[in-house]
Amino acid sequence: MPGNEAGSAVTEMTYRQALHDTLRAEMLRDESVFLIGEEIGIFEGSYKITAGLLEEFGPRRVRDTPISEEGFVGAAIGAAMLGLRPVVELMTINFSLLAIDQIVNHAAKIHAMFGGQIAVPMVIRTPGGGGQQLGATHSQNIEVYYAHIPGLKVVAPSTPADAKGLLASAIRDSDPVLLVENLALYNTKGQVPEGEHLTEIGRAAVAREGSDVTVVAYSHTVGIALDVATRLQAEGISVEVVDLRSLRPLDRSTVCASVRKTTRAVVIEDDWLSYGVGAEVVATIQEGAFYSLDAPVRRVAAAEVPLPYSKSLESAALPDARDLVKVIRETLDATGFAASGDRCA
Amino acid sequence: MPINAGTKTSRSSSNRAKPRSAPVRPDAGASEMQRMTVESPETLLGYYSQMVLIRSFEQRAAEMYTRAKIGGYCHLNLGEEATVVGLMAALEPRDYLFTTYREHGYALCRGIDSGRVMAELFGKSTGVSGGWGGSMHLFDTEARLLGGYGIVGGQIPPATGAALAIAYRSEPGPDAEAVMCLMGDGTTNIGAFHESLNLASIWHLPIVYVVINNGLGMGTTVQAASGEPELYKRGCSYRIPGVRVDGDDVVAVRDAAREALESARVDRQPRLLEAVSARLRGHSVVDPARYRSAQDVERAQELDPVANLRSKLLGEGVMDPTMAADVEAEAEAEVARAVAFAEGSPLPPVSELFAHSYATPVPNCPGNLPGESPFGSSLASSIAGAGK
Repeated sequence: MPGNEAGSAVTEMTYRQALHDTLRAEMLRDESVFLIGEEIGIFEGSYKITAGLLEEFGPRRVRDTPISEEGFVGAAIGAAMLGLRPVVELMTINFSLLAIDQIVNHAAKIHAMFGGQIAVPMVIRTPGGGGQQLGATHSQNIEVYYAHIPGLKVVAPSTPADAKGLLASAIRDSDPVLLVENLALYNTKGQVPEGEHLTEIGRAAVAREGSDVTVVAYSHTVGIALDVATRLQAEGISVEVVDLRSLRPLDRSTVCASVRKTTRAVVIEDDWLSYGVGAEVVATIQEGAFYSLDAPVRRVAAAEVPLPYSKSLESAALPDARDLVKVIRETLDATGFAASGDRCA
Repeated sequence: MPINAGTKTSRSSSNRAKPRSAPVRPDAGASEMQRMTVESPETLLGYYSQMVLIRSFEQRAAEMYTRAKIGGYCHLNLGEEATVVGLMAALEPRDYLFTTYREHGYALCRGIDSGRVMAELFGKSTGVSGGWGGSMHLFDTEARLLGGYGIVGGQIPPATGAALAIAYRSEPGPDAEAVMCLMGDGTTNIGAFHESLNLASIWHLPIVYVVINNGLGMGTTVQAASGEPELYKRGCSYRIPGVRVDGDDVVAVRDAAREALESARVDRQPRLLEAVSARLRGHSVVDPARYRSAQDVERAQELDPVANLRSKLLGEGVMDPTMAADVEAEAEAEVARAVAFAEGSPLPPVSELFAHSYATPVPNCPGNLPGESPFGSSLASSIAGAGK
């Protein structure tokens, strides 16, 4: 494949493959890295991220667990305290609730609560996301529960390249990192740099440059935002897309720099509206870019119901491209925006 | 002799029939006397001195709490000094200890300076956890005290994981490391206890779980809270052998713990040890324990391990009244020094509020005080630069 802008080689692969290859590379690089979780070995992972790794590395490095989220997440914490670098797979983010005491009261606290004497270098990988007809308990986007907690780092890659870069950074980081994957992204493809590729935790990316409105997105909704940006370009509307990538820490300056340029902003998020990631982003924008705004900042988020099973109801409850287009148009109309680039009211 | 789960199956129905009865202790009897006579006087005096130090420390901690020198919650080891000293005598310096929020005595017995322990209670920067943890969260990497934990049973999964790390990196054997994980009686009813024992069993981890059964989880009796109140049996579902020992017998506790640790080290067989003791005071300093009957309190006082060991050592000529007075005076003096050290130490400066936010610094970490913008001093420039 031809090189990327940095000049290094890239390969096209799925998000799933990027995660798999990164786990393997990090295990080869560092003997202290090991995998732990339900069905990750013989079963090769519920979503096959760990396929082949038990065979290659053996049960010491790829440790199948019983159904005991609180037990094995907590065990990873203790192993990390003794200097290992466990990478936990939680089958879905919904099951993290069974381990929330260990994540919030222990992983997040141990470094600070004991006066900085010890680190907890662990990663929890877990997919979130709805739209798979899995019903109310298996379709949630509850990353904001963890993004609220000092002591944790929470990242949510939207591309195969960032899946690689953020997972590698998370494994080498000495703090507990929750890496939120997404069921709808596993089969998506993208260009991934070969060899060493680290994405810095705590930095957002401008996924597409534009001048009329900023769409802030993360994980699965970045793809929606990029599709909408392409569609609206044909109408003369220039959309900038900011991919948060990291929910804690949140890169407030990249978000505000974009909004100061475009003067309008919309957030699209798969989680629920009230107290969601978008609420924090909107608060950030009003504090950091208030005098640049030409319109109220809007949010496109999931309907506030437990997600239904039936396709008609589930689709209606989740934000999609049509919802985003509608809200972008309303945001532009509110300021008398005329497509074709004439931004005078 | 300690009671073994599986070898002596006294039905628990007798306990059920008398729901307020205290846990049955193993009958020490003659065997205790035998053990006492084979122990060197120096060893026994050493244990006694440590027990007296814990007693003095905790009494002063209670006093400092009522004088508002200590904040938050403060749980004392009063009444379980023999258990603390016995367990710590068995634990080797290379072993790791995870414990509960009732842990001052353990920190002292792991060799941590009493001044640093008291300073932590005072919230001072010289405290073992730099003033970040308080009474419930003592920690010292060097002493391998990997934490007092404030959430009941929160320490059990990480302790199990520490044992996993030992098994990951080293082979079993008499010189291997092991983990001791302490908990109270009430903890044996939480899910993390059962999940962790199961993991330790299937993974053959070098860990000893110790239940300190003082008969009360706050105000709830073990009998009222537990389907199987003979707590040493609660590892049976996971084929983890359990032993009950008299927690007021320091040598018996030490021997049982040593035997369990040996099994964990050499055979990678996790073990469960129940030490039966009595709480001399309330659940915490502020608890007047009105729920306890006069007889229960009286019985706890009769079992006072410090007073009883004192009488025994005097009776057997291991120490004379002058030595006993010296031990008490030394403990008082050390605790007085600890209080003075804590009093004289500085509070952590506000400039260190974000010092331990993360072990690996990354961009954009929040560091704003209440009322400050997350944009910090750059807010003004961000507004000033608002031009499009």
